[in-house]
Amino acid sequence: MKSAELTSLHTHTYTLTLEGIGAAVPRVGAKRLVQGQARYCDDIELPRMVHVCFLRSPYAHARILSVDTKAARAMPGVVSVLTGADLREHCEPFLGVLNHLPGMVSAPQWPLALNTARWQGEPVVMIAAQTRAQAEDALALVEVDWEPLEPVVDPEAALAQDATAIHPELEKANLAYEARVDRGDYAGEVARSAVSVSLNISTTRVTAVTLEPRGVVADWDSGREELTVWMGTQVPHMMQSVLAKHLRLAENRVRVVGMETGGSFGLKIHTYPDEFAAVMLSRLLSRPVKFMADRLESFSSDVHARAHTARVEIAVSPDLQIRAFGVDGLLGIGAYSKHPRGSVNEVRHVVNLLGAPYQFAALHAHVRVAFQNKTPYGMYRGVGHPIVCLLTEMAVECAARKLKVDPVEFRFQNYRADSDYPAELLSGTKLEALSHEACLRKLVSLMDYPALRQAQAKALTEGRYQGIGFATFVENSNHGSATYGRGGAPIAANDGCTVRLQVDGTVLCTSGATDTGQGTETALTQIVAHTLDLPLSDVRMQLGDTAAAPVSGGNWGSRGTGVAGEAALQASLALKEEVLRCASVLWEVPQDRIRLQGKQLLDVLGGQVLGTLAQLCQAAYVRPDLFKSGPVPQLAVTRFYAQREYDGGIYTNGVQASWVEVDVRTGCVRLLKHWIVDDCGVVINPALADEQLRGAVVQGIGQALLEGCLYDDQGQLMNATMAEYLTPMAGEMPDICVGHVVTPTQSSELGAKGVAEAGITGAIAAVVNAVNDALFPLNGQVTDLPVTPDRILKAIGVIH
Amino acid sequence: MTFISDQQPEPELNIKLQVNGQPVHAQVSVRQHLGDFLRESQGFKGTHIGCEHGVCGACTVRVDGRAVRSCLTLAVQADAAQVFTIEGLSDDLVVRALQDSFVSCHAMQCGFCTAGMLLTAAELLQTQLEPSREEVREYLSGNYCRCTGYESIVNAVMDAAQTLRKARGEER
Repeated sequence: MKSAELTSLHTHTYTLTLEGIGAAVPRVGAKRLVQGQARYCDDIELPRMVHVCFLRSPYAHARILSVDTKAARAMPGVVSVLTGADLREHCEPFLGVLNHLPGMVSAPQWPLALNTARWQGEPVVMIAAQTRAQAEDALALVEVDWEPLEPVVDPEAALAQDATAIHPELEKANLAYEARVDRGDYAGEVARSAVSVSLNISTTRVTAVTLEPRGVVADWDSGREELTVWMGTQVPHMMQSVLAKHLRLAENRVRVVGMETGGSFGLKIHTYPDEFAAVMLSRLLSRPVKFMADRLESFSSDVHARAHTARVEIAVSPDLQIRAFGVDGLLGIGAYSKHPRGSVNEVRHVVNLLGAPYQFAALHAHVRVAFQNKTPYGMYRGVGHPIVCLLTEMAVECAARKLKVDPVEFRFQNYRADSDYPAELLSGTKLEALSHEACLRKLVSLMDYPALRQAQAKALTEGRYQGIGFATFVENSNHGSATYGRGGAPIAANDGCTVRLQVDGTVLCTSGATDTGQGTETALTQIVAHTLDLPLSDVRMQLGDTAAAPVSGGNWGSRGTGVAGEAALQASLALKEEVLRCASVLWEVPQDRIRLQGKQLLDVLGGQVLGTLAQLCQAAYVRPDLFKSGPVPQLAVTRFYAQREYDGGIYTNGVQASWVEVDVRTGCVRLLKHWIVDDCGVVINPALADEQLRGAVVQGIGQALLEGCLYDDQGQLMNATMAEYLTPMAGEMPDICVGHVVTPTQSSELGAKGVAEAGITGAIAAVVNAVNDALFPLNGQVTDLPVTPDRILKAIGVIH
Repeated sequence: MTFISDQQPEPELNIKLQVNGQPVHAQVSVRQHLGDFLRESQGFKGTHIGCEHGVCGACTVRVDGRAVRSCLTLAVQADAAQVFTIEGLSDDLVVRALQDSFVSCHAMQCGFCTAGMLLTAAELLQTQLEPSREEVREYLSGNYCRCTGYESIVNAVMDAAQTLRKARGEER
């Protein structure tokens, strides 16, 4: 039934240009990006604006005995110097807890540390001056008397009986959360299996390294008692709610303007204490305040992610059927659970989605989460999905090798069949419609798998160690309220879009979605243009300004196009209906005979042009007297869309493959090629969707081979520069071949699921599996990430 | 971090240079880097500051014909120089071709690295109009992009090189 509606949507007569749904048009507004005209947060200059910088804790854990700011206050250009105690009475603290996760705890967090600093980099003193340089000069003269405390760094040690409690007021020392799922006869299945494999896998903390650091400009208007905040953010309405609540303001007195954003990747969806302190200062001073993090501040205060240690187990029966998956895991989330989303969502994904692509009988999952004296942990593109994919797919390939069965064949034997959806996993997670079989069939054909295996075998005879690795993934999108709303976080799962016609017949839209590079603006514009049969240039989509847009959840969790896009579709469909009604009254032709096509209204009986859309709009606004019956023309429509059919979200899926060559003398990995076949449902803009996949794949390659926040045993971050924290560069990345399988979601008329995270979710496992496939002839296996040359050389016994 | 002793005025120098073809006389703090000078006192916000330690390449500008990191160059070092930012290069044949190709090849997402990419790629194409993909990747290896994964950027540079070759009539 839905597919028939979809067909009608997609075969909709679109006559003007090929710019609607499914067209690979360039980004709307791309020209301003190449001409240097785009405006980011740091580009804002306001009269009397002051610049702030922060004195940050040099210790991972220390008591603040006293702060002397006298000398700093006397420095040139300094406007104010404030400590945590100065701000305390003016705000409510943050508590990063989701109420619907039993047992989850955290401690209240203040914008500036009060008596104790709990990570190296925690803001302690805020200095405002006429220039950032003057603020930094003054900062050097602030004297803090520190009493260093025992840092709690290792998560296992953090959970030991005698560990120092990071937050003494919490009941169980340093245990933030614990998740457990047990289904079926796990022990029995393992005991009865022909082969069971267990692996100890560890990943290193990474951070998103957006090229534009975090920043905020705040301007408190004391006359109107209104606050305007410009920031590079994915979630303007969430920030509006957070700022209003914690500054004790009404939401209609807080305007958040999402600026052009230089990368976000989940990093820019949190409450950061330094940004909040800067906003508070604007209110205290009644003048504009700018804070832009520098790169060192970014490394030590942006959220980190993905630091898991886990023992994963897979049990396979004699007839090569997977019978059980198990995981026992641990991660450290830093000093606080991050407000307002919490820092434990990776764990939810690990326990709920272990083995998700496969049919099996028993599941054991137990993951503990510890506080530690490190930078607070948060969301990074894909959140826990890349981790659970890594655990699942490393175990699957390891089992296939042990069973001497081809990893592709092994997967085909064990996938839940595409025809068996909708399905419910053992964990209770509901999956609407996945296409693992179709995706793997397409992948194998794209990469010419048999030929590649032959090339690999030939290379081996020449002493070259090549590997081919696969990863099947699932990735959540189009979230319902189970993700955050039910836990009490102020994050909308119901998105609005307003579409209105101007007097000249062009269209102006507002949406609370944001575009931090993904192409959301383009996708939404295409959807509206498609529905109203207009050229893209006649539709202008304004995003991310809470003063203009209806409440929305913003962009995270691959939800922009699927959720905000459906709201745009429904709003433009309703507007089209009203246009037809108005045309019917104006030109006295029955409504069902009128078609809106190519900026004109046609009488389908005879194909006569009744008039242009511009003429209709002109009449509707300046000659309403011409509409003699029915309501006054209503040429602006707002529609909301919430995905309510699958409260846990609409899952996407796909499969990736990586082809690598390992130099067994140096341990260096050369990436030869990468393939991804993704199913994100209906693709609005194939070019931009492919670019989302490619960019995310490369971020995944970074975590597989290069990236990691390296701490010493005192909790000091040792590589907080871009020269030392390695991210992928152009010279070493492969070309990436992209394919699609299209299974539209039935939960919306648009049929689109998310695409922004799928690339990173499977890439890490695919690359690691490829490396281990290459090392197999040497009996080598690497299970610690990143897979660095020294780890490879150790695995094959070249170094010890 | 910069340390300035109590209450002493910041040392400043006068510089004379050309920015985007226009003469500029300015008194600048000796510690101010060229990127901050161009953004803050000249208003050319198209130059983006990404790391301020010379690694990411987002702040790349053209100084006397060469692609230079404006975060590693002091403003006073640009005295007597010809400085161009992305705002002043849209009439440059090579940069224009690259801009068009970046748009048609979807070679940017957030756009923060784009100006630096364009200026670095332009420096390559000024001397090498028939680069291989590997040469392009190598030349751009000092410019970070966190969004695209680079493939579309390489495509765009190859595409611009072809456009420029055609324009020079070197291809039949």
